[in-house]
Amino acid sequence: MAVITLDVDGTAHRLDVEPEMPLLYALRDELGLNNPRFGCGLAQCGSCTVLMDGQPIRACVVPVAAVTGKVQTLSGLGTAEEPHPVQQAFIDEQALFCGYCMNGWILYAAALLESDPNPSDEAIRQAFTGLKCRCGSHSAILRAVKRAAATLSDREG
Amino acid sequence: MGWYGTAVKRRDVLKGAGSLVVSLAVPGARRAMAADDRPLWRALSPAQLDTYLKIDETGRVTAFFGKMDMGQGVDISIAQIVAEELDLPLDRVDVVMGDTALTVNQGGASGSTGIERGANPLRNAAAEARRVLLELGAEMLGVDAGEVAVAEGAVYLRADPVRRAGFGELIGGGHFDVRLEWNGSYGNALDALGSAAPKDPSEYRVVGQPFPRRDLPEIVMGTHEYIVDVRVPDMMHGRVVRPPVAGSVPVSVNIDSIGAIAGARVVHEGDYLGVVAGREWDAVRAAQQLEVSWSEVEPPFPDMDDLYDHIRRAPVVRESAGGGRGADVAPDRDAVEAALARADRVLQAEYEFPFQSHGSMGPACAVCDYRGDSATLWTGSQKPHYAAEGVANILGLPAGNVRGIWVPGPGSYGRNDAGDAAMDAAVMSRAVSRPVRVQGTRAEGTAWDPKAPASVHFARAGLDAAGNVVGYEMRMKGFSAGDVESNESNPSYSYAGALLGWPNTSVHRLSNPGDRYGFPVNVRYWQTIAPLLERASPLRTAHLRDPLGPQNHFASECFMDEMAVAAGADPVEFRLRYLPDGRDADVLRAAAERYGWEPAVPGPEAPPSDGVVTGRGVAYTRRGLPVVAVIADVEVDLDTGRVWPRRFVVASDQGIVVNPLWLRRTIEGNIIHAVSRTLHEEVRFTPERVTSVDWISYPILEMVDAPEEIDIVLVNRPELPPYGAGEPSTRTVPPAIANAVFDATGLRIRRAPFSRERILAARRASADRQPG
Repeated sequence: MAVITLDVDGTAHRLDVEPEMPLLYALRDELGLNNPRFGCGLAQCGSCTVLMDGQPIRACVVPVAAVTGKVQTLSGLGTAEEPHPVQQAFIDEQALFCGYCMNGWILYAAALLESDPNPSDEAIRQAFTGLKCRCGSHSAILRAVKRAAATLSDREG
Repeated sequence: MGWYGTAVKRRDVLKGAGSLVVSLAVPGARRAMAADDRPLWRALSPAQLDTYLKIDETGRVTAFFGKMDMGQGVDISIAQIVAEELDLPLDRVDVVMGDTALTVNQGGASGSTGIERGANPLRNAAAEARRVLLELGAEMLGVDAGEVAVAEGAVYLRADPVRRAGFGELIGGGHFDVRLEWNGSYGNALDALGSAAPKDPSEYRVVGQPFPRRDLPEIVMGTHEYIVDVRVPDMMHGRVVRPPVAGSVPVSVNIDSIGAIAGARVVHEGDYLGVVAGREWDAVRAAQQLEVSWSEVEPPFPDMDDLYDHIRRAPVVRESAGGGRGADVAPDRDAVEAALARADRVLQAEYEFPFQSHGSMGPACAVCDYRGDSATLWTGSQKPHYAAEGVANILGLPAGNVRGIWVPGPGSYGRNDAGDAAMDAAVMSRAVSRPVRVQGTRAEGTAWDPKAPASVHFARAGLDAAGNVVGYEMRMKGFSAGDVESNESNPSYSYAGALLGWPNTSVHRLSNPGDRYGFPVNVRYWQTIAPLLERASPLRTAHLRDPLGPQNHFASECFMDEMAVAAGADPVEFRLRYLPDGRDADVLRAAAERYGWEPAVPGPEAPPSDGVVTGRGVAYTRRGLPVVAVIADVEVDLDTGRVWPRRFVVASDQGIVVNPLWLRRTIEGNIIHAVSRTLHEEVRFTPERVTSVDWISYPILEMVDAPEEIDIVLVNRPELPPYGAGEPSTRTVPPAIANAVFDATGLRIRRAPFSRERILAARRASADRQPG
């Protein structure tokens, strides 16, 4: 066991856990956070995605001791009163079915639009390589990301 | 009459004024758990209006729905239907589902009947409630019932609309205590009628509108609760320990091997083996580290390369030309042989479809809290009523002592691993006398979930000189679809139950393609073969979205295309020759019209040798009542073997449209899920075990290959009831893509999935056959 400090959604936490424990288990079981979810434990699907210093990582394979930056979860991305434009676009497009995989899609989309505010269709598709959705919301997700990009460019324009 | 069910005949006795007593007695929904061998949901009377509806003091309505929504917006449609009958704004209707103490068993999610059947008792109850509210309102206002009307949640005097009484004033917090006429059935068949007739669809204002789902904001904000988020005081974490060779069972277990993991314990009952620990990570480690000596068994499976020949060779266990749950019907082979003997040309082809996994986004999770004489189950199962009953059975408890509470799971498309996880949690909770949460590994969601069965389809047709079909035969041979029946009340149909000695109760059944082609001789039948491993097999079969639909229609609709080519006909025109006028032909025409279909015989003018080529393919089906036609535009890269279905046009007639937004989404989800199954999905195995254990060894669709456009034509039929849309379009996708691949390349792909390797292999084989 080792004492680990974690900054999650702007709050600092001290944990006494095995250093090799994946971040996902630390977030869920030690901190009681729900939204990153176990999908594969192999970094193959994205259900456990969180942002570390703004970049998506797969919490299911990153040992908690290796987390050096600030962690942001889906629930820390926006608020019900002020959703992130990507979150609002997913609501507007009704772009999901069971929603279990949404951490990955929404956080990768937010990170993509941060670096490329007006991505091409191809760029969006490539950015999502390695994310899985089983219910078939892919086309709706593409529409949602394009809508979010348009919202962001309207704001800036 | 509109679209309401007629399963129950109305009895005049229901019209008696005595039914209007407003009772303050505790209704069925609040009845305490009793030591009763009837399941909890049977404490709710399907013949009581209060079972389906409650109106609180503010006039807000709660509808109690005994089916489920698995992310297709069924619950919002139910809210629309209830709001419609009560003339209420939609935002004043809530829907409760999935709690066996609060909802009667309407069968859970099953066969796309959520609205088709599930809405009937709720609509009838709401119509009856409206009638009662009108009478109560007239009484309160001191006028005759004919002088009042309902609007915006209140009864008002027509002549003086300011005089009004809100629903909350009239009945808020009380109970209708009005009997409905119940047809005596539970599950999918449950229906109940009131004395009041529901509205005519021409009056609809809420039904037919595109309302969004209500749970999406919480889901995208990351605050929605899923089954994996359920935490109960004193809860432990459990993991099932699976054998290295399918069919092997634990002989001895070295408990000391997990002695270093604090609080970790072994659950070993019969042939069932699991571990529990206080922390989830510890349970994960304990399952990995536990040393087990396993029994020696013969490897149960054939070489995977031999799968389809195994099916061809295997003795037939059951054969029928009828439905799988009905009596056997002998196929008229003589008629087929006679017709084919008369034909100028006989075509034949064989199609092969693999085992497929549910592969839900997360491996199933369940929590069970066993308390000696009662238990509570939290489950993501799409049939929580039956799952709770199953848990009662495996725990040896009276069914009335187990409450099942559904919490959304990681996707559900039939009988997936959720039905096993519920039993696992129950067995482990009993073993440690603590609440236990079970969630599997990815391998358990992919390798160990019940599978869609693999099959071979044998098609034959005779054409006359003019290209008309004179005889047709379609035979499906494969593993039964019913190793695991989808009703979860019988522990035999679970992994834990099988290992604890519950007897094998598998059912041998398959089915035939669904269409309305009127061939002069038209014989379809199916043949089941024995399972490869009878007990606790990772290749156990069960329902997966549109059970047997993709298999059967891959064969039947590809073969239609082959017949059209042989007849020198356009494939839309060729299908229309054999379809009766009406809904089937209308839907096919609607798809062709939206697509802008110009008639042509499928296939390239000359076989292309390299580069990217394009083609179009059509398929149609009738799945009982709903009718679907789809046209796919496909790109094939002959150098890489990549098949990309860029665009689909879908026409769908599912009766009256209740919510066009979520109907479209549901169809879109079906198409994309089916694209994944068509292009990528194949459960791999060795003689010892299933080797599809993750998303590398069981690849599914990635975003780069997702369609660009899915253009959906909803053929609205206000004169018809709403039919299920959760599955029918799935089955049209494999043949539409295969037919488009042929149109583009001239290659007939008769084995799914159409992976890059398979396309390249087909191309090489075709080149080998070309002279020079």
